Amino acid sequence: MGDRSLAGYLTQVYAVADAEVRKLRHDPTELLTRAIQPAIWLILFGEVMAQVRGLAPGGVPYLDFLAPGILAQSVLFAAIFFGISAIWERDLGVLHRYMVSPAPRSALVIGKAVSSAVRGLSQAVVVYILAAALGIGVNFHPLSLLAAAALIALGSGLFSTFSLIVACIVKTRERFMGIGQVLTMPIFFASNAIYPIDIMPPWLQAVSRANPLTYEVDGLRAFMLEGGVSRFGLLTDCAVLLGAWLVLTALAARLYPRMTT
Amino acid sequence: MIETEGLSRRFGEHLAVDDVSLVVRSGEIFGLIGPNGAGKSTLIKMLTTLLPPTAGVARVAGFDVVRQASLVRRHIGYVPQLLSADGALTGYENLLLSARLYLIPRAERESHIAEALERTGLTEAAHRLAQTYSGGMLRRLEIAQSTLHRPELLIMDEPTVGLDPVARTGVWEHVRKLRESFGTTILLTTHLMEEVDALCDRLGVLHRGRLEEVGTPEELKAEIGPEATLDDVFARVAGGDIETIGRYADTRATRRSAIEHG
Ligand SMILES: Nc1ncnc2c1ncn2[C@@H]1O[C@H](COP(=O)(O)OP(=O)(O)OP(=O)(O)O)[C@@H](O)[C@H]1O
Ligand SMILES: [Mg+2]
Repeated sequence: MGDRSLAGYLTQVYAVADAEVRKLRHDPTELLTRAIQPAIWLILFGEVMAQVRGLAPGGVPYLDFLAPGILAQSVLFAAIFFGISAIWERDLGVLHRYMVSPAPRSALVIGKAVSSAVRGLSQAVVVYILAAALGIGVNFHPLSLLAAAALIALGSGLFSTFSLIVACIVKTRERFMGIGQVLTMPIFFASNAIYPIDIMPPWLQAVSRANPLTYEVDGLRAFMLEGGVSRFGLLTDCAVLLGAWLVLTALAARLYPRMTT
Repeated sequence: MIETEGLSRRFGEHLAVDDVSLVVRSGEIFGLIGPNGAGKSTLIKMLTTLLPPTAGVARVAGFDVVRQASLVRRHIGYVPQLLSADGALTGYENLLLSARLYLIPRAERESHIAEALERTGLTEAAHRLAQTYSGGMLRRLEIAQSTLHRPELLIMDEPTVGLDPVARTGVWEHVRKLRESFGTTILLTTHLMEEVDALCDRLGVLHRGRLEEVGTPEELKAEIGPEATLDDVFARVAGGDIETIGRYADTRATRRSAIEHG
């Protein structure tokens, strides 16, 4: 039983993820409060914007266009504050437990990403139910659900790892709070989440095309909606998300140990 | 078990640990004392691989702390100055997390956890959230967690800070039991001379990052005079007034434990 075996590595990833999920089970209030935001966006923002004709491309009702965007948004917002809990864990001393363990740092980072994915998925369930209740043509085919779940997990892991990197750099809660807001808004608005890329000025289009959230939303539009299509191609969507996640994970594994120094 | 040579750590201009050469032998309980800011925690963080040294070398459990960090980690246990148990998990879940991180084989996990709970007297409270534990229980949970994988060396940073006298002697007993049952070598820091007298075979006195004295309590006392106490040893090295230093350490400790347990 060596530290370097794959089974050992997966055990360590699971150890971290399982601990997070257990904490969520002990106190699930966070999940409930997080369901409020997507509801507000869909019901208030969505219903109003639906009055603007021709906003969504291809004659799709605006609410249908919006729903995958809001799904991705709620996952993003939950994931981006992940760094705060990492700093919190450092301040409490919990992080030391992880850092003195023989687990490879990348296993710790991936374990955290997996736990964030679990959170993201539980949010997705809420948004799906909400969307169906609002009469949006949600695709409940098992394979589509599975594919959407994979995208949500990937997006959630990606943005939580990004958030972890920011936390490793800024190191204090106060600074993170400031920067968290500054980062989330551009990621959200410079994407195709609530309006199509085509109506943006060219410079913003360029930014949006470099934004991983755009690809997550694009993939979700194909899987979440009845008859939905991806604009960039599902292969591109998945490749961008997976590639970005791997790069961020490698970076986070290098930076994470610095948090205890 | 521990061998350092010229070990140093610089923070900007400040030399927190300065040229420390220290040997801790297998099977001994070694105490590290010194005033606040002497560099005890910094030294320990280097030994536990949490902080890279800026100069010098250290071998812990036979491995180099820089080049073989993950092997060092596998062979040691660490109880940090800040508590590291997760209050939002139960005692059992905290132990389960450690058991998995240290890759204790699945077949042995439950028995190791049960044994550690039993040994530290936490069996009853195993399924309560750790945030409901008393200070003494938390310390014992820390010890259970950091010894689950039967490390050869246990490093503890102020293991009894903020504990009442009964809880404190409880921790001492667990430390002694560890060495008896598993032959664990123990390195601990403390501000309590009483603790050194009760537990330690040898001690080192750190002051402004430098290791000023090393020896058995008897040796160090004898250097000063027939009636000398460890307080005198401490005062001679630290050069200050033990009363003020002691009082400062106490307020700090109380405040810290209030934060931790509050
Ligand atoms: N990350 C850091 N950055 C800058 N300075 C640091 C850092 N960590 C410790 N120091 C400084 O190094 C010195 C030694 O600190 P250390 O925590 O090792 O002391 P200590 O002996 O453990 O004290 P105490 O008894 O209060 O726990 C102090 O002057 C402290 O301010
Ligand atoms: Mg200290």
